[in-house]
Amino acid sequence: MNVNEKNLFEGAIMDYIIETHDISKTYGDFTAVDKINLKIPRNSVYGVLGPNGAGKTTLISMLCTILHPSSGSATVNGYDVMKNSKEVRKSIGVVFQSRALDDILTGREHLEMHAALYGVPNELRKERIEEVLNLIALGDKADEFTKTYSGGMKRRLEIGRGLIHHPKILFLDEPTLGLDPQTRENIWEYIQELNQKEDITVLMSTHYMEEADKLCDEVAIINRGHIITSDSPKNLKRELKADIITMKVDDQEKFIKEAEKLDFIKNIMTVDSEIKMMVESGENLVATLVNFANKNNIIVNSIELEHPNLEDVFINYTGTRIIEGAK
Amino acid sequence: MAEWEGIYTIWFREAKRYVRYRSRILSSVVTPLLWLLIFGTGLGSAIRFGNVAGGYKAFIFPGIIGQTILFTAIFSGVSVIMDRQYGFLKEIMVAPVSRPSIVFGKALGIGTAAIIQGVILLLLSFVVGVHMTPVIFIASFLLMIPISVGLGGVGLLIAIFTDSMEGFNLIMSFIVLPMFLLSGALFPVTGLPSFLQVAVYLDPLTYGVDALRQVILGYGALPLYVSTIVVVGFALLTITLSATLFSKKEQNLM
Repeated sequence: MNVNEKNLFEGAIMDYIIETHDISKTYGDFTAVDKINLKIPRNSVYGVLGPNGAGKTTLISMLCTILHPSSGSATVNGYDVMKNSKEVRKSIGVVFQSRALDDILTGREHLEMHAALYGVPNELRKERIEEVLNLIALGDKADEFTKTYSGGMKRRLEIGRGLIHHPKILFLDEPTLGLDPQTRENIWEYIQELNQKEDITVLMSTHYMEEADKLCDEVAIINRGHIITSDSPKNLKRELKADIITMKVDDQEKFIKEAEKLDFIKNIMTVDSEIKMMVESGENLVATLVNFANKNNIIVNSIELEHPNLEDVFINYTGTRIIEGAK
Repeated sequence: MAEWEGIYTIWFREAKRYVRYRSRILSSVVTPLLWLLIFGTGLGSAIRFGNVAGGYKAFIFPGIIGQTILFTAIFSGVSVIMDRQYGFLKEIMVAPVSRPSIVFGKALGIGTAAIIQGVILLLLSFVVGVHMTPVIFIASFLLMIPISVGLGGVGLLIAIFTDSMEGFNLIMSFIVLPMFLLSGALFPVTGLPSFLQVAVYLDPLTYGVDALRQVILGYGALPLYVSTIVVVGFALLTITLSATLFSKKEQNLM
């Protein structure tokens, strides 16, 4: 379910659970976050995407009250992060980029400790802990020291822990960093399920395009402390107006000659024995092109549509690849 | 109410960690025994030491209790640095618990560990021929509380100003060892050269050791009430100071 549908159901106008106003963080001469304005819709999965060193963690740290902004302000669940930090802390669950577990406590003890620190009423604790343990599927390992856990289990425990006090917002800072592809997929599924089942907004940072693309309803692309652009991954890619349709036909020359008259094709070229066409909204044009070829008595052997990915969006805005963007 | 819960939770974790590191408990019992049995017996036989029952070994017994509390408390306090390095501190810092409560919980946890060490030593008093009575035991126990909490506060203060365990040797050479050696744990503090006298009385542990010696052996350099007031005052000072600084410097602790 995307954000718009959800809000339609709730019959509400756009409702933002996090808003920032020119929020900045400077260290001496270095500006880690530079006047960022964000509006994060309630119950969405919102991604902050950018290379390492772009300011993602600094931004999230300010929103979860462990760093004070140098200037600007932010509200989280309606509370000011500076003036009402305690209320903000009660409203959020945080999973930090670096591990935050005690190696000689068990998984269950971590959950118990967290429930107590967040003032979950005593009579509810057992139930909540069981609920979370079921969700994160630690099995028998729940009562073993966390030093025996695998990377994925540690991550799941941290995410589960962040949910014990039923937060309104879950912050995930690079939730799948350093995990193997299989575990990463599991965590993705888990986050999606969570967002669908619970009344919760997820704000995550990542430098994996695929992750942002797959999980997020909306993405803000950030580089060197600035937001470059923000929208749904779908719209961001559509804005590039750069779908590529690759065709194989029996009479290439004739096809190209005819196709050059079509004004929806922005660029046409042959690469090896294939014709590549740059178009906008390619999914609507595949049928059109096949019909067009038939009309001109050209036989289509194959046709393929490629969408640009968020990496292309990033390159388009910054001129660098996301992995190199930090420097 | 919620703050008490926070203090309790942090204390409970600290206590659990202490109990689970069995090797640490073992070594912190063996080390003082080595001091008492080898150093105490060795030096005790080489020097003529007053008319104290039990001789030099008995004389250093309260001092070695003070040393054990000092080492346990400072190292537990410094464990905040490890919490920071392993990221666990963030989990605590982002919880809706006030900064002073975090410090109080920690200090109580450190105090608990140090007091357990001290109690184990009290129970071993027969080794050095010190006569232990219930009254002496309870009075020593009560004294250990402010001594442990005060030194735990020193550990926390060190942790606030140190960002990695690399400074550990510096802490040993410049804080822990001088505090131990100047405390009068190993020699009487009366009749020293005046520069040493001043240093001895600047060391907060001197008062803790002297109070313990008054209670356990019945003599000391200062009246019991004076050393007790200093010990309690020092505990209040270091805890207040670390709670204040912890709140103030929370930004640097991440």
